[in-house]
Amino acid sequence: MRTATIKHRGLRDLITNRYLYMLAVPAILFSIVFAYLPMIGIVIAFQDFNPIMGIWRSEWIGLQNFKFFFQGQDWIIITTNTVLFNVLFIITGTTLALTLAIMLTELGKNMGVRVIQSVMILPNFISWPIVGLFSVAFFTADTGIINQLLANMGWDEIQFYTEAKWWPLILVLFNLWKTAGFGAIVYMAAIVGIDKEMYEAARIDGASRFQSIFRITLPMLRSTITMLFLLSLGNIFGGNLDMIYSLVGDNSFLTNRTDTIDTYVFRSLRTTGSFGMTQAIALFQSLVGFLLVISANKLAGKIDKDSALF
Amino acid sequence: MKNSSYDRAMTVLFYLFTAIFALACLYPFLLVIASSVTDESALLRDGYRLFPNAFSGAAYKAILTTATIPKAYLVTIFITVVGTALSLIVTSMAAYSLSGGRLYYGPHIAMFFYFTMLFSGGMVSSYILTTKYLHLQNSIWVYILPALLSPWNLFLMRNFFNDIPKELFESAKLEGAGETRVLRSIVLPLSLPALATIGLFYALGYWSSWAPAMLYIDNPDLYSLQYIIMQIIRNVDMAQNIAVEGSQSTAAVAPAYTVRLATAMVTVGPIIFLYPFLQRYFVGGLKVGAIKG
Repeated sequence: MRTATIKHRGLRDLITNRYLYMLAVPAILFSIVFAYLPMIGIVIAFQDFNPIMGIWRSEWIGLQNFKFFFQGQDWIIITTNTVLFNVLFIITGTTLALTLAIMLTELGKNMGVRVIQSVMILPNFISWPIVGLFSVAFFTADTGIINQLLANMGWDEIQFYTEAKWWPLILVLFNLWKTAGFGAIVYMAAIVGIDKEMYEAARIDGASRFQSIFRITLPMLRSTITMLFLLSLGNIFGGNLDMIYSLVGDNSFLTNRTDTIDTYVFRSLRTTGSFGMTQAIALFQSLVGFLLVISANKLAGKIDKDSALF
Repeated sequence: MKNSSYDRAMTVLFYLFTAIFALACLYPFLLVIASSVTDESALLRDGYRLFPNAFSGAAYKAILTTATIPKAYLVTIFITVVGTALSLIVTSMAAYSLSGGRLYYGPHIAMFFYFTMLFSGGMVSSYILTTKYLHLQNSIWVYILPALLSPWNLFLMRNFFNDIPKELFESAKLEGAGETRVLRSIVLPLSLPALATIGLFYALGYWSSWAPAMLYIDNPDLYSLQYIIMQIIRNVDMAQNIAVEGSQSTAAVAPAYTVRLATAMVTVGPIIFLYPFLQRYFVGGLKVGAIKG
């Protein structure tokens, strides 16, 4: 064999498995074009970017864009909102999804459970713009469900679309509504994988249902929970653009409490055209998110090897 | 059993809790369905109601007689069908290649994909790349190409392929089948749950796509359904246009508000009908394993 004479193991593998490697090529190409090429664009953060000159000929201005962004108040507001929402979403979402998953598994398989299961994942299949329209039916003045309810009880109407303080709560509730049911299915898939004999043994030893939930199910789910947690941590600087833009849009009454890094970048991109500064914000976001997930993964690996992602 | 009454109480509690959550999931749908068939003036007078006082199909008639929604429907169907098919092809090829730990450089390639989940060049550079270098603005492909590969889905599928017994395709290869052949006639047929689940994830992504339209599309013929919804939420004028055009001024009130709701309902439609058929695959298809696999 010709290939056997090649000493380098990697090179030999590239040749013998060339067809297998080739199958990965289209995906690699897409990744290069749509994920890695934009990374070159990061340099725009250090330029006074001019669309006509392009990224090769625009003027370099060092950290000017960052200075401008960090001097203002905006970055504190949007960073706080971004992190706050994600922390709230992760905590409430994981808790509710786990609770639902454990309860449904405990109830066993029957018609009622199947119906509940089907209904609770329904919202996951609805796009955020549609949810945005649903939310209008709830929160709009006069005709909205909530304000009808308040009026029936003789209370004052709430102008949800001008009062920012309600929106963190509203966003958390809609996030739960849309994601918890499907999250529960993911956990149920993990619970199915737990060895049934453990429950059997526990039952023979006289363990109550509560005990087997807390002593078997939850500990066995630990690595799944940690892993999903790590994944969401990488996104903690992600701004939930789809959700917030659908529910809030460019409503300037609400932006103080609802604007995240993503919505801010999205808006600046469409309205201001100051590419350099917008890119500086995006770089700040990517970098901090990246460092967060790397350190979280290190930590997880130290605590429990199975929970680390890589 | 010694603690059967305690057990029964827990069962009741569990049913109650999960059923209440399920009802909460259902309520907004029912509310919007009911409101969308409400008479416009009744909606404005009484508000959104689960049981409206006066019914009317004017809104649905309006959106079906104007061209806006049907056109957006075609655009969205094209994006969803073509996009999902291409995504599944590219994803399953790469997932097969990385499965089973057969490649010396497999872990490196996996890392290459994984890195894009952790770090991105950001919206601005994607925007410049798309408009200035790839010239995808005002093209229907701008909905599809940037979203074609999701590394997360790639790893989900790879983890699924990992569980297929290796002997199955080793023996096929001994009989002279090439890698593509093994993938097509052995691996994929065994992976229907994964294909259904991941295909649905991709399809949902394409179906829900609106941001590309907002950033890159000026031609109203290429607007996606979700983008129309986005515009309608912000701006009743657009719904008003559809309502006035579609109701041909026979109605006393142009059904602008109900048109918004009816549009939402016809947009939800296909996905809702699809998911009961796919849902039995979910638990089997969702193998959330580590990236290292």
